[in-house]
Amino acid sequence: MLKHTPFYDFHVSAGAKLVDFAGWEMPLYYRGIVEEHEQTRRSGSIFDVSHMGRLHFSGKDAATFLNHVLTRNIAEQKLGQSRYSLVCNESGGVMDDVIVSRDVKNWVLVCNASNRAKLVKYFNEVRQSRGLDLDFSDQTESTAMAAIQGPKVIERMADVLPVDVRSLKRYGFESSSFLMTKFTIFRSGYTGEDGVEVVIPAKVAGMAMKMLAGKTDRPEATIKPAGLGARDTLRLEAAMPLYGHELNEETDPLSAGLQWAVDLKKEFVGAAALRKVAESGPRRKLVGLELEGRRIARQGVAIKSGDGVVGVVTSGTFGPTVQKSIALAYVDAGLSGEGTHLAADLNGVATPARVVKLPFFKR
Amino acid sequence: METPANYRYLPSHEWHFAEGDTVTIGITHFAAEELTDVTFVGLPKVGTKVQADQRFGEIESVKATSDLYSGISGSVIEVNSELATNPGLVNSDPYKKGWMIKVKVSTPAELQRLLSVEDYLKKAGH
Repeated sequence: MLKHTPFYDFHVSAGAKLVDFAGWEMPLYYRGIVEEHEQTRRSGSIFDVSHMGRLHFSGKDAATFLNHVLTRNIAEQKLGQSRYSLVCNESGGVMDDVIVSRDVKNWVLVCNASNRAKLVKYFNEVRQSRGLDLDFSDQTESTAMAAIQGPKVIERMADVLPVDVRSLKRYGFESSSFLMTKFTIFRSGYTGEDGVEVVIPAKVAGMAMKMLAGKTDRPEATIKPAGLGARDTLRLEAAMPLYGHELNEETDPLSAGLQWAVDLKKEFVGAAALRKVAESGPRRKLVGLELEGRRIARQGVAIKSGDGVVGVVTSGTFGPTVQKSIALAYVDAGLSGEGTHLAADLNGVATPARVVKLPFFKR
Repeated sequence: METPANYRYLPSHEWHFAEGDTVTIGITHFAAEELTDVTFVGLPKVGTKVQADQRFGEIESVKATSDLYSGISGSVIEVNSELATNPGLVNSDPYKKGWMIKVKVSTPAELQRLLSVEDYLKKAGH
């Protein structure tokens, strides 16, 4: 039985094509993946991201706990700040990539839907084994979360929200109350565009959708709904990693180019293993590839240099904005330099692929 | 979108339209919607022999890659070169401008094996 987010009725009435995503029935698209991608780059889109996990931590040892399981040093994180971080296992493999935010009374960790159950179990084990004084609650299903993204979103939200979103810094957030309803607004996203992510109680989701997006069915609407299909092509153009593709438990964050989110000066689960990787340098690195032609190199496609296999694709698409066949791939570190000429093996056909600077798209 | 009554179909969603001994092949709007936005259509060269129930090309979208099958045997006499630069025609006009290949049929009786529109819609679950 698939789970439904609080926006499910909206998806059905808007005619979404629904698919199973990590146990949730989610919109793949409403009108078309490319159209929704372009709408996001041109104006604005609203995405239901309620399936993502929202875990709350409070109590005396909350910060100690988080600093133990996260790669980022949160001791220096200010109130009202959000940060991208990783949760690693002892071997330095990535258990999940998350956004952690410091609120007045608690910390909020947003994790991937596919990793939520695993993290909840793991966090409970760590709490018990270390005997920490910590309140830990999973608020995923009592709340809804929407991402509103695009160049016209901040102006539009400034008119709608009772919070000064224009003055919110990137990766800043603010919690407030409106008509007796608590909500939190983050200036963050996963599209390469400016925008906000909003968390509200599940029961006001229907009303909030109308308030945030307005009449989304008009052709000239500033903000229209967009599904997971466009979310994927947008994040890929922006070269943001997706768990299960660029990241997994056998992949370390340094090879993935995420050293900026790993503080090796502090102790955390996986730190020892990651220091070894940092010392010797990653054997393979995540790179961006631009392919010749319109063919797409999807996850699992082999990357070759001459006759030898030197890497593997983790994500690929035809970028609707960049109008090129693009891919992220792990390749031997010696072949990861910009401009290196490689080839993607597409059903036995070697298609020229060149290592390019990331991201593929930058506003 | 209407599924044309005078076309013949494969369960794998290819349509066939016969005029004399020439058959035009494309994919139905159900297939196009399932694939989502088409980004590439790989078609054979003119002169290539195609065989009934064999793969003649492939189609890619932002979401998936899938093979294209012919319901009839013969040789390719024309390919839709428009699709090389505008593969989105498969989504916007699957039964007309989104056609893929024209085949000169070698075994006309094979056409009778293909599904009528009613049978196709039943098989496709619509």
